Amino acid sequence: MQSSARVYQWLLNLVMIVFTLFCLMPIWLLFSSSLTDDMELVRSGYAFFPEKISFSAYHYLWNTSSEIARAYGITILTTVIGTAAGLSLTAMVAYPLSRIEMPFRNSLAFYVFFTMLFNGGLVPTYLLYTNYFDFKNTLLALIIPGLLMNGFFIILMRTFFATSIPTAIIESAYIDGAKEWKIFYRIVLPLSTPVLATVGLFYVILYWNDWFNGLIYLTDSKYYSLQNLLNRILLDIQYLQSSTQSGNQASSLSARIPLASMRMAMAVIGVVPLLVAYPFFQKYFAKGLTVGAVKG
Amino acid sequence: MNANTRIAAVEQVSMRTKKRSAFAVKLKKIMKYRALILMALPGLLYLFINNYLPMFGIVIAFKDINFAKGIMGSDWIGFKNFEYLFKTQDAYVITRNTLLYNIVFILLNTTIAFALAIMLNEIRKRFLSRTYQTLILLPYLISMVIVGYLVLGFLDVENGFMNKTLLPMLGMEPISWYSETKYWPWILTIVNVWKGVGNLCIIYLAAIIGIDQEYYEAATIDGANRWQQVVRITFPLVLPVITIMSLLAIGRIFYSDFGLFYQVPLNTGSLMPVTNTIDTYVYRALINLGDIGMSSAAGLYQALVGFILVIVSNAVVRKFNKDNALF
Repeated sequence: MQSSARVYQWLLNLVMIVFTLFCLMPIWLLFSSSLTDDMELVRSGYAFFPEKISFSAYHYLWNTSSEIARAYGITILTTVIGTAAGLSLTAMVAYPLSRIEMPFRNSLAFYVFFTMLFNGGLVPTYLLYTNYFDFKNTLLALIIPGLLMNGFFIILMRTFFATSIPTAIIESAYIDGAKEWKIFYRIVLPLSTPVLATVGLFYVILYWNDWFNGLIYLTDSKYYSLQNLLNRILLDIQYLQSSTQSGNQASSLSARIPLASMRMAMAVIGVVPLLVAYPFFQKYFAKGLTVGAVKG
Repeated sequence: MNANTRIAAVEQVSMRTKKRSAFAVKLKKIMKYRALILMALPGLLYLFINNYLPMFGIVIAFKDINFAKGIMGSDWIGFKNFEYLFKTQDAYVITRNTLLYNIVFILLNTTIAFALAIMLNEIRKRFLSRTYQTLILLPYLISMVIVGYLVLGFLDVENGFMNKTLLPMLGMEPISWYSETKYWPWILTIVNVWKGVGNLCIIYLAAIIGIDQEYYEAATIDGANRWQQVVRITFPLVLPVITIMSLLAIGRIFYSDFGLFYQVPLNTGSLMPVTNTIDTYVYRALINLGDIGMSSAAGLYQALVGFILVIVSNAVVRKFNKDNALF
């Protein structure tokens, strides 16, 4: 009995290790490819354990980085602004909807919920933002269309406010003469850090990883976010070559540019911030995923 | 004036005052809680612009858009756009691809995620279980553009791991992955499992952990083995969560992950018979071809059928078990 239980545990762990490796392998390959020496890469391709390691890809990126730095800056800017604005707007809708006294509470909740069931689709949205708002080739196009708010986040937060904030606290503050805004800022928000962290995190991932808005609203590479730049390079490696050569005249004669590993190094730069930050917010992340499965 | 009519008149007046007073109460309530309404207003306005205005835009599908005349001023052409769309082979291909891929994804992801969740729950060493949970969520964080790079690392014709290392090791010829359609249904399915199973697994695991331990204790006393406990206790108790997650997925069965079908195959034209879905079709028709009629018709087709599917599947679930329905 004892030993069969041990075999059972071994088997379980074995299956989980295999699946975990399946999840990690592609990420590992990306990292190892970006560190492969150029000559080595030509000979044996992208490998998990390159024989010769070289940082030349990162070196080149660092030296020719004006465009990359710009794209990085735009990604950080849109992520910060989008997360802050989206989180505030979502909380400001979710909190009133969580209050029983809110006028038109049910109709407004349906108004929010319906956006999750039906949408007008890409064409009307695109025409709205390009023809009526003139967002084409602006920074706003990376922040506002589609991403800023969604029904799912509102319902997630409303559920939290409704179930985790005792109404007695709000009522007593009310009796003491506190105004609604003050109750919201001073009492409700400080008590809601778990849900704010969770939704905030989802916003960070959403904005950091978004490339679709850039793909449809940007034709000018001036406002490319990191993901848009990566996308451009993925589909067209010559683009990387042309942009490095123009930025790196002096050293272009000294060595061949390690394009293949450079391309991978760019992708590494794109994922590293999220991967590094992930262990710190993992707790909130898993919580958010599971809260989402509960009916709002 | 007889008594009856007088009573009726009095009733009418009192009704009117009641109505008026109900209105007054409502108005008073609005005034009292105006701060709450004001607070919600910016967000609600955003939803109106971003989500509701485009809904009115579905009329575009019935128009011959001419920018000189403006969108509202363009001529109505009835169902012409839809006629053109459904006359092409494309309509069939994109519907088939979207549906088939999604059906496979839903079945596969649900099964694998549920199986893994049960296994994770059985693992005794807390530390190991936590580590697996952390690591299998990593793919969820990675954007589809970067997933495109990861796949390229394996499949690149010149430098890819498959062509340079694995296939020569097996004594096979290199394959030009990005021009052969027959491999892509498999590749896309594997990528989808890789990216999606982790988070679904965590959701199911949370549901399993939430099950009251007393059920298992009682079952053990009655002599049920592990497998019987999974089938008779775990599965039925997690079923509501599985149903909700599947309902959400079925509601989106007419939608596809644009990045998966556009970025991962690197927007390759020759792969389109197996990678073109409704979303990529709408995008290409709009951005590459500028064909507003065709793309808006396909978009409306998607939105309408998707909407009907949510309502119908929810109604079906409701009929069997009210608690498992979404709404």
